[in-house]
Amino acid sequence: MAALEPPTTSITGVTNSTLPSDSSHTPTIIEPQRGWWQFNWRELWFYRELLFFLVWRDVKVRYKQTLLGASWAIIQPVLQLVVFTVIFGRLAGISTNGIPYPLFNLAGLLPWQFFANTVTQAANSLVINAGIVRKVYFPRILIPTATIGSGLVDFGLAFVILLVLLLWFQWPPTPAIFLLPMFLVLAMLTALGVGYWLSAIHVKYRDVRHATPFMIQLWLFATPVVYPTSLIQGPWQLVYALNPMVGVVEGFRWALLGTQAPSLAMLISVTVALTIFMTGWLYFQAAERKFADLI
Amino acid sequence: MSYAIRAQHLAKQYRIGAVKHRITGYTTLRDTITDWFRKGPASAYKELWALDDVSFEIKQGELVGIIGRNGAGKSTLLKVLSRITEPTRGRAELYGRVASLLEVGTGFHPELTGRENIYLNGAILGMRKREIERNFDAIVDFAEVEQFIDTPVKFYSSGMYVRLAFAVAAHLEPEILIVDEVLAVGDARFQKKCLNKMQDVGQQGRTVLFVSHSMQSILRMCQRVILLNQGKVAADGPAQQVVGVYLGKGEHSIAERVWPHRDKAPGHDIAHLRAVRVRDVDGDISDTIDIRTPVTLEMEFVVTIGGYVLQPYFRLYNEDSVAVLTTFDLDPAWRRRPRPPGHYWARVTIPGNFFAEGLLYVEAGLTTLDPPMGQFAERDAVAFQVIDSLEGDSARGDWGGNIAGVVRPLLPWQTTYTPLG
Repeated sequence: MAALEPPTTSITGVTNSTLPSDSSHTPTIIEPQRGWWQFNWRELWFYRELLFFLVWRDVKVRYKQTLLGASWAIIQPVLQLVVFTVIFGRLAGISTNGIPYPLFNLAGLLPWQFFANTVTQAANSLVINAGIVRKVYFPRILIPTATIGSGLVDFGLAFVILLVLLLWFQWPPTPAIFLLPMFLVLAMLTALGVGYWLSAIHVKYRDVRHATPFMIQLWLFATPVVYPTSLIQGPWQLVYALNPMVGVVEGFRWALLGTQAPSLAMLISVTVALTIFMTGWLYFQAAERKFADLI
Repeated sequence: MSYAIRAQHLAKQYRIGAVKHRITGYTTLRDTITDWFRKGPASAYKELWALDDVSFEIKQGELVGIIGRNGAGKSTLLKVLSRITEPTRGRAELYGRVASLLEVGTGFHPELTGRENIYLNGAILGMRKREIERNFDAIVDFAEVEQFIDTPVKFYSSGMYVRLAFAVAAHLEPEILIVDEVLAVGDARFQKKCLNKMQDVGQQGRTVLFVSHSMQSILRMCQRVILLNQGKVAADGPAQQVVGVYLGKGEHSIAERVWPHRDKAPGHDIAHLRAVRVRDVDGDISDTIDIRTPVTLEMEFVVTIGGYVLQPYFRLYNEDSVAVLTTFDLDPAWRRRPRPPGHYWARVTIPGNFFAEGLLYVEAGLTTLDPPMGQFAERDAVAFQVIDSLEGDSARGDWGGNIAGVVRPLLPWQTTYTPLG
């Protein structure tokens, strides 16, 4: 067969540097996986930069082509705060033990919004990134995990409102404020755990997209965002504590506003949050192998 | 030399069928639940083996092409080797860092700028940040998008988009590069640049696995080709040989067919066929014809009973079995003249810039005219591949994509122009 083209020459201006030497000795083995717990930590570590880039992408893209840009991260909670204050603070007259209602509400609204946004985004994340899932390999768990990033950025911006309100109402924070990150971590674990479950199920059943907003709404009412925990009495308190977001919101109020310190119920919240996170992770790992075939 | 890839009995089963929603194409919870009640979960599936016991070994530094018809399992094989999907059975070992490029621009975000997408896409393809930084200028240079590097890619032309996307992938530095047919896009000049770049990769001792429908690219890139058919390895060996098998005529050249024995040759009492050949512009037997150059078809036949007026003809079919043309031998030397017994060579030359690119099957036929008695009509006697150059002087001009039409003549265009107002 006659060659139709002249011999090819190198493209100039293209540098081809040396290969990374670390990887050539241990082969990658591809075979059907058995069992649930097969996780490659080294690989996850290798892809840590990708996690950063996915977060960075979400943050960058979030408010692109919006008129108000990142100020939405402030406008949204402020509007919600106004609505809740008018309805629950004024009209319903919910008692907050002397704490100004806006302050009381925002201290719960902040972690709640972080949780709700993260769960919603994580639940849809795999399907939204279906193109990548079908065409490139990397640990899929990074996709729902990365949704935490833009949630944190929004949380940080909205936190400024809280600081402003604290000043406005001249409400001095207690030393407990330094424990705030702990409760944020608790919210993250819960949100990620739920997010892992939902995103993995979503790959197979698109019902998740319709069910998630409804679930979040119910969950809001099962969480003391607009009302104080003291409304819940007797043995129900224990059942109530099964909702880890109760612990989160309680913790936030305590750390920021100096309400009653978290009780033993907090332990239940932490346990449940860890359980949701671990089972979510495990389920995700088990389901991951089929993602590319199903999505 | 050590191995880069060893695949042993790889198999991949897909379940297709009733469970998928008819319109939306995905399963809903309701489907699954109603299905349980109807007939049990498994019964509604149909099983399909996309890969079936595929084994091969590839040495380091080899450039291997994978060919096969649609649905032969090429993409599934690449997906399994890229770890996107898991094999149902079997095992593969890959020695070295693997990068796969199954699609150009995976993960590109339209709202992000070219610069941002280089980082994002690079990270998705498995590049480290410092690797991207080191290659950044080379990527921009290769993609030829310097001026627009800070423009969101949604404003890019499709050509620019593809160039940037490929440029990122081209600067991956894996030991094993797995590439699906990604070059069907972009203008011809850039396609060529990409092929060259991949060849460079091969020359640096890296291993390349390359799927393509373009036999031209395959033959240019690869020494070795694996042919898949219905999920199985149908052939594995030197590129030209396997491409020949794929094009349908065993291991011999598809451009020549000879019937040395009369009793096996197509024909009747009056005449029988001896050979059919495809010759290129130099007169050599060739199954690859540059679209710009003429091709000569030749039939060799023997007349055993003299005294009849004979009409040889060629008919050409394309890959879709469309008869592209029929040409009768109207050579005045023998037209309307009864032929004496003997050995005849009839040739016709079809000019360059005539056929569309692709595979053409040649039917060689001969009939008497009075009374009409068909002597032979050998369909698919030989075949040849018309290859469109990417150099800009064929009828495709500078267009790199697909071109519809069974012929592709180079026609003169004229434009008249008057300015506005």
